Amino acid sequence: MNPSSTSSTREREETGLPMVPEAAEPVEEHKTSTSAVFTIRDLSVYYGGNIALKDVSLDIRPREITAIIGPSGCGKSTFIRCLNRMNDLIPGATVTGEVLYHGQNIYAPDVDPVAVRRRIGMVFQRPNPFPKSVYDNIAFGPRINGFKGNLDELVENSLRAAALWEEVKDKLKKSALNLSGGQQQRLCIARAIAVEPDVILMDEPASALDPIATVRIEDLMQELKKQYAIIIVTHNMQQAARVSERTAFLYTEVDEETSNRWGILVEHGETGLIFTRPKDKRTEDYVSGRFG
Amino acid sequence: MQSQAKPLGDIAGGIAPVPIENRKGVGRRADSLFSVVAALSGSLVLLILAFMVLSTTNTALPIFRAEGISFVTSSDWHPANGDYGILAFIYGTLVTSAIALVIAVPISLGIAIYLVEVAPRWIKGPITYLVDLLAAVPSVVYGLWGVFVLLPLFLQPAAELLSSVLGFIPIFAGPPSGLSYFGAGVVLAVMIVPIISALSREIIQTVPDDDRYAAYALGATRWEMIRGAVLPRGRAGIVGAVMLGLGRALGETIAVALLVGSATTINTSVVRPGYSMAAVIANQFQEASGDHIKALVAVGVVLFAITIIVNIGARLIVWRMAD
Repeated sequence: MNPSSTSSTREREETGLPMVPEAAEPVEEHKTSTSAVFTIRDLSVYYGGNIALKDVSLDIRPREITAIIGPSGCGKSTFIRCLNRMNDLIPGATVTGEVLYHGQNIYAPDVDPVAVRRRIGMVFQRPNPFPKSVYDNIAFGPRINGFKGNLDELVENSLRAAALWEEVKDKLKKSALNLSGGQQQRLCIARAIAVEPDVILMDEPASALDPIATVRIEDLMQELKKQYAIIIVTHNMQQAARVSERTAFLYTEVDEETSNRWGILVEHGETGLIFTRPKDKRTEDYVSGRFG
Repeated sequence: MQSQAKPLGDIAGGIAPVPIENRKGVGRRADSLFSVVAALSGSLVLLILAFMVLSTTNTALPIFRAEGISFVTSSDWHPANGDYGILAFIYGTLVTSAIALVIAVPISLGIAIYLVEVAPRWIKGPITYLVDLLAAVPSVVYGLWGVFVLLPLFLQPAAELLSSVLGFIPIFAGPPSGLSYFGAGVVLAVMIVPIISALSREIIQTVPDDDRYAAYALGATRWEMIRGAVLPRGRAGIVGAVMLGLGRALGETIAVALLVGSATTINTSVVRPGYSMAAVIANQFQEASGDHIKALVAVGVVLFAITIIVNIGARLIVWRMAD
């Protein structure tokens, strides 16, 4: 169990920022590792009393990409928004169960959601840079978090880590809204990195991008996973198969009488197995394109 | 090309192709009639504006000729002697409006931010409605309320307090009066709060939730989210809202005429009586004749010019911010 967030901050400061290409451990070795980034137990979400996600239990490992796939409305976004308590912002949403982040339950009564979000980065479906300069977009997080070091250096390192530095180094003072969609999304990734999280949540990060920009994001994810655990929600099964080490398949259950719908976790495991030898018939139907 | 449509029947599942025919009847004629009417309405605005500028300037021209630049640089206003210097009125208009903005902008933004970002849903509707209602109150009502209620209850005591505590600063020097730049500015502030807060509220409401989530996801508190994401996105619009409030303050007549104290000299202290351009026109027009009337029209021309300059300045600020 990894201790408090302060010590992991220190580790990160010592290692410096992501360009240092630490050798990624082979996937297999993680099986012996017990240091899950997230341990999720019996997670359920209700919106105004209606259940939206039911009893999800899942472990997220460090330095791996975990893909969350499933048909529309199965609760993928709801699930990922539980991991940094973004669901708190939705009026009437309640969450039950446990989400242990390095062993600490982020839903414990004494945990401040603001502190949680400072440790867990998030990238959204549509690129959402602030209407500020490129520099100020990256600097926003460090500034509100009381960053004391060399901000210029942090901005540069974050942009380099997001493979954007070369494209924007001459227009750091220009508005971020002038960048292309793909550049904006990489800027949002750089912005998330700048607060030095160890997990990045990505909610369909490429669904608003063209194929070339999508490839760049996917390549970037392969670089980033050397440092970060990445959880990506995606509609695109090919994308999940291309980028992820592990895949979780969510599916919608329907109560025939009340016609209430909610998401469940059908199965999860190594991406290769999920796509070639799924255990569950519903997974097989989905990944073979029979519905969804 | 379309007219030689190939038979698509087989491909489209047996549906025969339909040739494209122009629409007949009133639809097309109404379209062109509408565009003519719209263009006329649009140019009417320009015509009215040009007519106003030309006719007032023409009336005021003898005064501008006689007084020259001293019309706006002198504060000698003695219509009986033919002295027309309006600097004191310009000063009063600017000072009362500035006081109004200093008071109204923070309050208005507070209301707008509270209503959009903080207030529980059940409270939003009633407060929004009440604020909008305040905007609809005629200004003479504000003026009378200011004189009969606010003056004894708040303006006079506040003016006395200001000058007794801060009197060593020239702009708060006594003897204090509630009928003063300060008194007029406070009532102006009450009048423009509804405008600025209603417009700012709408601006803030249009800030996409994506921006808010972006800030929250970086660990922002609600205040940091508002300062970092909502206000930058809404900045240009909020400046516009403030400028509309300022426009109303600059031109407000009755309420200021009742409260500003009607002193035709410049007082550096804000708790001393003064005058404003709109107020002097309203108060003196009835008794004026001859050159005096022309001078008052000239005051109107200058007020118009100042309003335009302020608006252009505001537009420039908005543009620079948008960069």
